Amino acid sequence: MTPDTQPATLEMARALGLTREEFEYVRRKLERVPTFAELGVFSAMYSEHCSYKSSRKALRRLPTKGKRVLQGPGENAGILDIGDGWGVAFKMESHNHPSYIEPFQGAATGVGGILRDIFTMGARPIAAMDALCFGMPEAPRTSAVTRGVVHGIGHYGNCFGVPTVAGQTLFHACFNGNPLVNAFTLGLLRTDRIFRGKAEGLGNTLVYVGAKTGRDGVHGATMASKEFSSDSELERPAVQVGDPFTEKLLLEATLEAMGQGLIVGIQDMGAAGLTSSSFEMAGRAGTGLEVDLDHIPTRESGMTAYELLLSESQERMLLVTTPDKVAPLQAVYEKWDLHAEPIGRVIEGTRVLMTFHGETVVDLPIDLVLSPPPAERPAVAPSDQRQRWFLDRNKMLQASLQAKFSSLTEALSFADPSPIVRQYDSMVGNRTEGSGLDDAAVLRLRDLGSRNVRLALSTDCNPRICWLSPREGGRRAVAEAALNVAVRGAVPIGVTDCLNFGSPENPEVMWQFEEAIEGISEACEALQIPVVSGNVSFYNDTDGKPIHPTPMVGMVGIIEDERPLPGSVLSSSELELGLVGPLEGGIGGSLLASLWFQRECGQPDETDLSVLGRALKFLQRLRTRKMVVALHDISDGGLVTAALEMALRSPIPGIGIEVRIPRECDVDQFLFGEAVPRILIAYEPVERTELEGLTGQAGIGFAVIGQSNESGEFRITQGGAAALKAELGPLRSRWENRWRGLFE
Amino acid sequence: MKAAVITFPGSNCDDDNVHALARTGFEVDRLWHRDTPGLGSYALIVLPGGFSFGDTLRCGAIAALSPIVGAVKEYAAAGGLVAGICNGFQILCETGLLPGALARNESLNFVCQDVHLKVESAGSPWTRGIASGTVLTIPIAHGEGRYVVDEATHEKMARGGQILFTYCDARGAASPGSNPNGSMWNVAGVCNETGNVFGMMPHPERATDLRSRDGAKLWRAALEAARAHKGPLTGPEKDGIR
Repeated sequence: MTPDTQPATLEMARALGLTREEFEYVRRKLERVPTFAELGVFSAMYSEHCSYKSSRKALRRLPTKGKRVLQGPGENAGILDIGDGWGVAFKMESHNHPSYIEPFQGAATGVGGILRDIFTMGARPIAAMDALCFGMPEAPRTSAVTRGVVHGIGHYGNCFGVPTVAGQTLFHACFNGNPLVNAFTLGLLRTDRIFRGKAEGLGNTLVYVGAKTGRDGVHGATMASKEFSSDSELERPAVQVGDPFTEKLLLEATLEAMGQGLIVGIQDMGAAGLTSSSFEMAGRAGTGLEVDLDHIPTRESGMTAYELLLSESQERMLLVTTPDKVAPLQAVYEKWDLHAEPIGRVIEGTRVLMTFHGETVVDLPIDLVLSPPPAERPAVAPSDQRQRWFLDRNKMLQASLQAKFSSLTEALSFADPSPIVRQYDSMVGNRTEGSGLDDAAVLRLRDLGSRNVRLALSTDCNPRICWLSPREGGRRAVAEAALNVAVRGAVPIGVTDCLNFGSPENPEVMWQFEEAIEGISEACEALQIPVVSGNVSFYNDTDGKPIHPTPMVGMVGIIEDERPLPGSVLSSSELELGLVGPLEGGIGGSLLASLWFQRECGQPDETDLSVLGRALKFLQRLRTRKMVVALHDISDGGLVTAALEMALRSPIPGIGIEVRIPRECDVDQFLFGEAVPRILIAYEPVERTELEGLTGQAGIGFAVIGQSNESGEFRITQGGAAALKAELGPLRSRWENRWRGLFE
Repeated sequence: MKAAVITFPGSNCDDDNVHALARTGFEVDRLWHRDTPGLGSYALIVLPGGFSFGDTLRCGAIAALSPIVGAVKEYAAAGGLVAGICNGFQILCETGLLPGALARNESLNFVCQDVHLKVESAGSPWTRGIASGTVLTIPIAHGEGRYVVDEATHEKMARGGQILFTYCDARGAASPGSNPNGSMWNVAGVCNETGNVFGMMPHPERATDLRSRDGAKLWRAALEAARAHKGPLTGPEKDGIR
């Protein structure tokens, strides 16, 4: 008997993260005690990370159908049809826990993992985004995490050659011990050449390609499925090490092999490595597999079957091909200096058999491995949920406009993201249009020949709103992401989500999770945008305290006309400023309220999804007019922040901006309120009548609220009198330098 | 006119160069680093940007030993036009075809942004038709682009018109703030003594359609230079392109 074949015990099972019930369930179903190697398989595949055992039921609520959908959730990535035989594959994934323990490698391998998910589908990755939530700068590890994460993402994406084109970065104390690193990738493919993770064709050969297997990352999936404690740094060996150069070779070799028709099915060896890829590929195809672990290329000697099965060494893939194509397949990988090693074959039946040193170490029914007993997770609203909505408006009304303005512009969120953006190659591939700082990134797909197709990408979530009302938070993540692509001229066509929550064993977290999914679903249904892929990250707690719910949304929009993109900054000092949407937004849940009271408070406005739909229609109609405009979505920090951003990013020297408070308005709600949809628009004054007409037809509010000028100042006026004046010069230098120390 | 773009393992701007050259009017072939074809039929060879061999050892150090680089050296010695962009520039410095070296950016960070470049020398095959002093806008994207060279060599290069581009501000002045990586004397692009081998850190292939179009000017200049040279090289020649 070897360590791999020794009978597993309950103690071992619990040490590996299985519950007593799960261990008993396995023993009963198997009618025997699993071997230690088999126990490794169950511990990984029954982990929350691989099995979705707590989330599966709630996720069924998400709308996943649509006329462009070629592949919905359940595969390595979702795919949408963009016409003429082309499709886009995209997905967003989290790499939160590893990024706290070892920020550089954690974030880098997060990017590596999502890239592989995309190119295993047959798509060449052409764009990446990153959504980052950090703790406050004064927390002990924050500065190591911010710098390490951004360097890691840049290192991997830049070297691999995928442009990182957009993202979101925010800071909150709830992320002090548990930052969020969510990575999005989109790839382009031919719709007649889509590859899936299926081990099809009896007698076909199972081939291991890519880097060799080492001991790194053994148990990564298990690590991602439990709460953090303060001594999590001791888990550093469970973080994988990434090599973007090998991944680049793997990409080119794999796409070349696919192009030559040498691949039947393929899957990334991501979380739970060889274990999840082999069982899932067989499960999807309804076949069995025979694997000889002695043929796995290793980079360390003396590895056990258990380690080979659970290693999360990066840059590896499992693929299936016909026996006659093994040699040509090996030739392609050899050209790219990579190994392609036959390690088994597709067999009849419903089991996966694995041998090692001539001994059977794993002999398991696939359905048992893939379907853990569903976890019963009660959901209960937090007892203080309604108290969170209390907001002392009187206290705010007494304060001066200047004080409120200062609290916004002195906040950490008032910052130019360039210190991050500059560290990412945002242009490789030469498809990127615009600056990387706009509401959404735009990519021109020259690949489609004469047809002019552009994509707009954005990622969005507001954890503050989600904590106050997870349903509204879910709705708003979709709404804001949709508006972000729409103000760049695109029609939103698909969503991927990355749902970051605390422990599902906490009923309050489970309630947040279900509510957020409800909100996302409502918004997606109203706007008819399908959710085609996604990822759930639970157990984002530190010492028992969950993060704010953060259902991150990645939105893809399409632009099919040839007109120039709208601007996003003030391009002249003679423009009029208009507000599209309601004049006022709620203070409840606003950035101002949380800065003012030093905690999230108030009841967020409920997004009216029919108004949102009309706003999106208006933006599409606006695009058919020959009007030179700049558009900017109003979100965090309200109209004041949006107007400031349009002025601070303007290339015009000495530009100034004036915002007039309409007579009938509540000052705070007009200037700082956050409701969706509200859009700031800058245009030539002669176009005012046409805009009034267009917004009127669309049934959405419009008001002229100011103009650009040459004053070099940000001015707010009320009834003709100055209510606030601030020089843009000093504001700009504060804004530009705010994040430099954290990231550079 | 035929051009070739070489792909090394880890090159990632090869596609972008193929597209940019094709738009300029070249007929473009792709070559693999292990190929050792005759290069005589090409009017231009481009070594693209990326992370050849994962930047192992030093940027460009291993690619400089690739089989095809031997052929490129012969081609260059015969007066053929060779351009290295970003990692390609690093490779050309490693091979010794260009003077100087590229060190880690002064900030120690990777930097991707548009920069202004001042044309210092208008006579080269890469700048013909662009007046000296012209300010171009072309993006950079690199972590190791700080050009380093000894003073005597720099002086000789400057005298010989080998400094083609320097980093500058929008008005063409070499202010400290306009140097994105700490390059000595703000050097962004150089050529060899005969002018036919050229390297620059900024990416002209990314400034041909979607952003500034200034990068296209360099490829057009190279196309004109190749045409003036009356077609492809047929064998070793003594006189350089100029």
